[in-house]
Amino acid sequence: MISIEKIQEMAVAVVAPIPGAEVQVLPNPAVPAQSSLLATPQAILALAQFLRDNEELQFDFCSNVTGVDWPEKAVKEKVVVEEEVDGEIKKVEKEIEKKEGGYLEAVYHLYSVARKQGPLVLRCRTADRVENVAIPSLTPIWKSADFQEREVFDLYGIRFIGHLDLRRLLLWDEFEGHPMRKDYIPDDDSYFGEEGGK
Amino acid sequence: MSGLLVGDDEKRELLEVSLGPQHPSTHGVFRMNAVLDGETVVKLQPVFGYLHRNHEKIAESISYLASIPYTDRLDYFSSLTNNWAYCMAVEKLAGIEVPERAEYLRVILAELTRLQNHTAFLGFLLGDMGAWGSVLMYAFKERDEVLDLFEALTGARMMCNYFRFGGCRCDLPEGWVVQAKKVVANYPAFLDEMEQLLVGNEILVSRAQGVGILSGERAIAGAMSGPGLRASGVDYDIRKVDSYGIYDRFSFQVPLGDHGDTYDRLMIRFLEMRESIKILEQALGGLPGGEVMNPKVKIRNMRPPVGEAYARLEAPKGELGFYIISDKGPSPYRYRVRPPSLINLTLLEEMCVGLKLADLMIVLGSIDIVLGEVDR
Repeated sequence: MISIEKIQEMAVAVVAPIPGAEVQVLPNPAVPAQSSLLATPQAILALAQFLRDNEELQFDFCSNVTGVDWPEKAVKEKVVVEEEVDGEIKKVEKEIEKKEGGYLEAVYHLYSVARKQGPLVLRCRTADRVENVAIPSLTPIWKSADFQEREVFDLYGIRFIGHLDLRRLLLWDEFEGHPMRKDYIPDDDSYFGEEGGK
Repeated sequence: MSGLLVGDDEKRELLEVSLGPQHPSTHGVFRMNAVLDGETVVKLQPVFGYLHRNHEKIAESISYLASIPYTDRLDYFSSLTNNWAYCMAVEKLAGIEVPERAEYLRVILAELTRLQNHTAFLGFLLGDMGAWGSVLMYAFKERDEVLDLFEALTGARMMCNYFRFGGCRCDLPEGWVVQAKKVVANYPAFLDEMEQLLVGNEILVSRAQGVGILSGERAIAGAMSGPGLRASGVDYDIRKVDSYGIYDRFSFQVPLGDHGDTYDRLMIRFLEMRESIKILEQALGGLPGGEVMNPKVKIRNMRPPVGEAYARLEAPKGELGFYIISDKGPSPYRYRVRPPSLINLTLLEEMCVGLKLADLMIVLGSIDIVLGEVDR
């Protein structure tokens, strides 16, 4: 299989004319062979079409579609800064706080039946977890994303623009909330009356 | 039921029928809303979720080890392949090696699982066609022999909970291989008998041939996997493509269908069982001695390194995948099951539109679903 860096290079050339379109490689420290391509929502549809139709790649089999929730969290990072201490410039190790996450992510695992290669992992992130949770649907490229994107919509609340039948898949229509999110609190109490089952 | 009048020239009346969830041929609690014109299906909408318990959320709140018995309950006909797929994903993530004897045991048990799954499938599909009872009982009689083997080894007939990260839970009991060889040796006679009874049967042929045709191109687009994909003529068997485990050591063929209809999907199972028997003969004959568990692996309190892994295998019903993201915590950050049963239903509507209502049931039956896996 062509290396993911090479695929990214090819992809960048394809999506370059689209404003806001970016494709980058996201390394996977545990299984380097399964590093992923991270595309902006502007780029994802063109990228998907390219991955499916390119003669060398032919990722015609979109096997797995799923969501991941990354709530915002503070990460402490150690950096070395030069600072003036008692009139001398010294290198001081400092801890700074960085914000990470704060988005929902759709993950696609692609294989090629024609070329017997894969998996290629494709990711796309929403702008945040509350208001801007829409990204393009890849059902026009791969029919198999149909039920799976509905499941992601159901359990994570990502809205897939362009999906022709975006309804909840597993839960009932009146259900409120998205239970696979990390901050979801199950509403168990309501089944036991006001005292919460005590 | 609700009728809706459509104002076209013929003044035909479309009828919306809700099939299931408690219908014997929906294989559990699956529901379909079918819009009928007379007896012909015009539109079909599957309704899921009656067996949903959010397996993935539960797995994200318990330890890695504690999820293994829970995977048994996904496709409860093939608990061993479920165990294997999950262990394979964790092994890939944590870089765990599996001893050779355990690899052999995995192949043997996965192929036995395939045998008994396909055998039960025959019985159920013929039941859907109206041969209710006798075919299924013949199938169950033979399947029981395999379940006895599972029970002798794992203590359970269906919820086997046998594979562990880095091997298998325990070694074979005395006399198991002899008994397994006997079961495998008797299987072709059963298949011959079934084939003789079924293959040329006029009712079966007229009910199944040319019904629910799926082209190879559409099957790939809809990510159909397993026997359903190969019945449409697509040469794609994960045992060959990925040659996971030690499948590259065995010689077997991948049977393909010509027409992609219900009949092909039935026949492909017969042929696959014969190939499974070939693999079983080779694996049981060449079973090496040694450990069944990698002694270096601490399966309790497992904390795989930060990263993610997707592993898949050829389960009897199709591509079963597990996707796990680890943040080095005691439970997976993200745990996802790629359920073949659900994804194989994506194209159900395409396959069924234009057919009669009675055919709908056999097309559904020929896909081979299990609701424990569809709804998770």
